[in-house]
Amino acid sequence: MKHMRITTAHQSITFSRRMMLLNGAQAAVGGILVGRMGWLAIAQNQKYQLLSESNRVQLIPVPPRRGWIIDRNGKPIAINKASFRVDLIPQQIVNGPEVIARLQALMDLAPDDVERITRELAASRGFQPVSVADNVPYEQYAAITVRLPDLPGVAASQGFTRFYPGGSTVGQLVGYVGPASATEYEKENKNPLLLIPGVKIGKEGLEKTLESTLRGEPGGQRVEVTAHGKLVKELDPKPDRSGGTVQLTIDSDLHQFAARRIGDQSCSIVVLDVTNGDILAMPSMPSFDPNNFSDGISQNEWKMLSQDDHLPLVDKALESLYPSGSTIKPSMAMALLNAGIDRTQKVNCTGSYPLGNHVFHCDKHHGPVDMNRAIEVSCDIYFYEMCRRVGAEKLAPMVRSMGFGEKFDLPFDNQRYGTIPDPEWMKRKYHREWQTYDTINMSIGQGMVLINPMQLAVMASRLATGRRVVPRLLKNRPVARQQQLAVDQDHLNFIRQAMAGVVDHGTAAGAKLPLNGIQMAGKTGTAQTHRLAENERGNYTAALWKLRDHSLFMAFVPFDNPKYAAGAIVEHGGFGASVAAPLVRDTLLFLYDKQKALASLQAFEQSLGGSLEERIARKTAAWRSSNGLPPLPPKQA
Amino acid sequence: MITSAIIPRPLARLPWRLIFLITGIAMFGLIVLYSAAGGSVRPWAIKQGIVFIGFLGISIGMSWMKESTIKAIAFPLYGATLVMLIGVEALGFVSKGAQRWLDLGPIRLQPSEFMKPAIVLTLARFYELVPAGEIRKWRAIWPAMALLGVPAFLILVQPDLGTCIMVLLCGVTVMFLAGLPWWIFAGPAAAIAVAAPIVYSMMHGYQRKRIDVFLDPESDPLGAGYHIAQSKIAIGSGGIWGKGFLHGSQSHLQYLPEGHTDFVFATMAEEWGLVGGVILILAFASVISWGMRVSQNGRTRFAQLSAAGLSATIFFYVSINLMMVMGLAPVVGVPLPLVSFGGSAVMTVMLCIGLLMALERQQRTVSRVI
Repeated sequence: MKHMRITTAHQSITFSRRMMLLNGAQAAVGGILVGRMGWLAIAQNQKYQLLSESNRVQLIPVPPRRGWIIDRNGKPIAINKASFRVDLIPQQIVNGPEVIARLQALMDLAPDDVERITRELAASRGFQPVSVADNVPYEQYAAITVRLPDLPGVAASQGFTRFYPGGSTVGQLVGYVGPASATEYEKENKNPLLLIPGVKIGKEGLEKTLESTLRGEPGGQRVEVTAHGKLVKELDPKPDRSGGTVQLTIDSDLHQFAARRIGDQSCSIVVLDVTNGDILAMPSMPSFDPNNFSDGISQNEWKMLSQDDHLPLVDKALESLYPSGSTIKPSMAMALLNAGIDRTQKVNCTGSYPLGNHVFHCDKHHGPVDMNRAIEVSCDIYFYEMCRRVGAEKLAPMVRSMGFGEKFDLPFDNQRYGTIPDPEWMKRKYHREWQTYDTINMSIGQGMVLINPMQLAVMASRLATGRRVVPRLLKNRPVARQQQLAVDQDHLNFIRQAMAGVVDHGTAAGAKLPLNGIQMAGKTGTAQTHRLAENERGNYTAALWKLRDHSLFMAFVPFDNPKYAAGAIVEHGGFGASVAAPLVRDTLLFLYDKQKALASLQAFEQSLGGSLEERIARKTAAWRSSNGLPPLPPKQA
Repeated sequence: MITSAIIPRPLARLPWRLIFLITGIAMFGLIVLYSAAGGSVRPWAIKQGIVFIGFLGISIGMSWMKESTIKAIAFPLYGATLVMLIGVEALGFVSKGAQRWLDLGPIRLQPSEFMKPAIVLTLARFYELVPAGEIRKWRAIWPAMALLGVPAFLILVQPDLGTCIMVLLCGVTVMFLAGLPWWIFAGPAAAIAVAAPIVYSMMHGYQRKRIDVFLDPESDPLGAGYHIAQSKIAIGSGGIWGKGFLHGSQSHLQYLPEGHTDFVFATMAEEWGLVGGVILILAFASVISWGMRVSQNGRTRFAQLSAAGLSATIFFYVSINLMMVMGLAPVVGVPLPLVSFGGSAVMTVMLCIGLLMALERQQRTVSRVI
């Protein structure tokens, strides 16, 4: 810089040049600004318009009415009952603590509730209501309503609670509803509907699996709200759409009858219409009363339910697995016939069957029995011997095709499907070779064989029709086409005849239908739950309840032109013919002669000491007193 | 300029086109403030109107100032402002809090505002005194740096980053036009470009987060990015024609923060759309280019440099504010002159306009005489 002398002329040129540069830079910045604004206002206009609208308009959701669940004849299974509720609107409250104190006095609020309301009130945004109480009795609701002018911010309104007319008889079928948990709220992308006081969603059973149909579309009061949550004005509301009605194939009268007929047993019975697979009844008892869950269940009630050894919280029809016991025998006989066994060939039953150093038993000495007789009197030795001859590879496929171990597409979570073992399965699961004693065990439905009551009913219906009957619960689902099973018609007729013999003069002779001209065919089963000691054999009631055998029965009716099929498993019920068979008989009788069935139910309940509700109330009271809890107040109407 | 036999000469010789432009911008600003208050002249529009009329009168009055007078007051003005800045600092130290204001009974003075025109006039005066041959020498550089650096530092520690940047940019513009060597400007610019990533990598998490939020405001829509995000929503949702006067939901429902001060442009754009925004930008561009023409037509070095610096002051006001509200610059708190509510910005801009008008009148008078 020292080489050049800079003159005023130079300076002037520099100034002009740099002015041009500055002008250019300013113009460029101006251009960028206009371009940027154009980009925001034109190219991204839609995006920002949406954002601006979602700022401006807030939706106060109006919960939709939950869809009904009805039975095949339109009888309600789950409906909505009008109820009263009291909320607080934070924005309208003048003196929070005073209002809460007055509500506490008017409504007998517990200190816990007061604490919760105060906390929620502090955390709430201006227009979102805070729930004070749900399902308020009419007297309290009326007391609040007349004082509303003195209680700014309090809103008393009518809402709906879920009501299940069937009470605990439908508990395991429908499940229950309850307020959404934090995880469920997150899972639904923070659906604001779930935050509204009083909104319940399905938690278990059909209420949960059919949630998308039952919920409906929330409507809403659209309001303009400032950034600080102040309501500016109300816009036109968006109407809500009630949830859809779901019709089941269940016959609610039959279902309730069956549930009551179960008595105090821990049991599930499934009744199917064999012509189309419709599930007519599938109670699992004992159960919980979903109405109590819908109001919010108390800690104690939950404790009582989860401690009960009769498992009221489990849907035994689909979630519990049992050895099939002798109910597997008709299918085994089909497999034997298929494998070429002559049905007239006899096996001599001596009551025991030695294999290696182990002796397998039969409960009686039947003497020489052919296949027909073996089914009628449920002779184990016959099946040990014949199945051993044929081998498990030829038995398992037939049993599976009859429905054991099969998965059914039913709207329930947590279904379990059980096992029908075979050599290949044994290798995969237990890494050992199939042994002859495995065949022996399987031949009478013990060992690794596990089924649920639904499968038992399906097996009865497939034996009844010779077609692949598939159970259906939702009325709007198409009836599955019933494929012909790969069985010989002559074999099938023989098996049906044998099963009719079971009821006519076999093990279930005591469970004949008291009807003229309608005969039931069936098969009893008694499944061991543990290895019997010598003195326990044949004694079904003496053992500890938990150690007793399961009692099973499957049947179809009428035997010559089947219409209905049923399967029942009574946990630790004892001998199949004495507990499960009469239960199935009475349940199927209800389908033909309600009068007779109800009369027998009444006698049955009297022998147990009162109706289902009375017995539950007594049980609850006993549980509460033994746990040092005060008795429950009488139920509010 | 209006030439008519009816209008008295002194009036006719005022730069009417500029005055109309300025008044137009201010009127538009009042309309926006009226809407920002929910359709009411209170509390902003009425006050702003009175302040504007007052300063318009002052600036027209200033247009009769002689260039020599302006020259003469340049250094004293700078000195007085510097003393006030130090005073503010001292007061802040005493009251143990950040302070930008000097409370003088009814008026509250913000000395950093005066510093914008003062630094321009001072540097222009300084470079007028530097002989042409000396301009690339060190002794032409360090005094200017000191003159600029001291007040910039004082303002920065107030803390008022926006004004500090403005003062620095105005000063640097004058130095640039004065013909200082390129490396003075290119060097630091390059240094910043190189250092920025290194500094970023050495920053603490929370400092880095601020930068991240500026670069992507949507990443923190409820925190630091809230202003920018809501401002972009307001501008973007306005579209081409806007939502209509008094129909801007972003501002009326208070989603847009500072909708009457720093973010007033977003309030305007929401209701008047791209059209309103472009018209406003063009109006400001006309004012600035008028000022730049005054500079180009300047007969003296002082007139040239000070006119350009004063125009640049207006330019930086407008462009920094607009870049800020459109999400192109971080939120540094620079208002939109004549539109944003607040007397300080109006005062500064009207002082600049007044000085520019004085310089422009000088050019015409001188040309007549010659």
